[in-house]
Amino acid sequence: MNHLTTFGRFWYDFIIGDDWRLALGVVITITVVAVAAHHGTDCWWLLPLGVAALLTMSVTHATRQRRQ
Amino acid sequence: MTHDLFLVAAAFLACAVEMVEALTIVLAVGVTRGWRSAIIGTATALGALTIVVAALGPALAVLPIDGLRLFVGGLLLVFGLQWLRKAILRASGFKALHDEDAIFAEEQLAARAASRDGSRLDWYTFTVSFKGVFLEGLEVAFIVVTFGGAQHNVALAAVGAAIAAVVVGIVGLTVHRPLSQVPENTMKYAVGVMLCTFGMFWAGEGAGVDWPGRDASLVALLAFEIATGAALIWVLRRSRGSAELTGAVA
Repeated sequence: MNHLTTFGRFWYDFIIGDDWRLALGVVITITVVAVAAHHGTDCWWLLPLGVAALLTMSVTHATRQRRQ
Repeated sequence: MTHDLFLVAAAFLACAVEMVEALTIVLAVGVTRGWRSAIIGTATALGALTIVVAALGPALAVLPIDGLRLFVGGLLLVFGLQWLRKAILRASGFKALHDEDAIFAEEQLAARAASRDGSRLDWYTFTVSFKGVFLEGLEVAFIVVTFGGAQHNVALAAVGAAIAAVVVGIVGLTVHRPLSQVPENTMKYAVGVMLCTFGMFWAGEGAGVDWPGRDASLVALLAFEIATGAALIWVLRRSRGSAELTGAVA
């Protein structure tokens, strides 16, 4: 069980890392883009804009925490 | 062609960063407790990694390409954003730089403190070397398999990784010291940018979007990511500077 927890923690730290909001934001952005494409709307621009917004939100959150 | 160059460059950078970390650990225990067990541990870890890549690589080739690109693109995007976030925080002074000298000293201290059990193989050195090389190598393997898998060209991604192994290996053998002179944060920033660029491109293709300019949009996405990161570093440095100034005045 301990090895399983260590294994799970390694992959969580490796992929999700310090800010789970980034992972959630990526999943939501890609889902919106995929659903829009499925309905005939090509909103490719949402990916770079979404990524920039997520990154800004995440570093702002981190710096605010460090200042407090 | 653009795809191929990006693939090799991204795999090279990502793998070089992880290899520097693994090499620091192996050098620390090797210098302190002897090279034989450190080399055996490293070789065993490399053998285990080869098996992992050999098992995962061909399996990815039989999966449907759009589904694979959507999944791998999303994964790389999450992964790349984490790297980029850390690199931006480090570059703007909100997070301490990764100090290979400190890690080297720490590993040496732990290696000296650990007792020897008298057997021919030094299990402490073997285990630390194996763990360091296997865990960092697993990250390398993951990057190679996912990058290569999404483009149905694991071999090309492996070329980037192999070049990184040769370069880091030669430097490590030459200096016999931690590679603290390598601008690690700059490399991590570059890797984060590359991962995000590929992640967006593949996730978009997998989701069904048509990128304007097709492969050429990779260059535009790369430029956009670099500009976003640079702007964030600039803003954070300024805000940190003004906060320190306000604190000093107060």
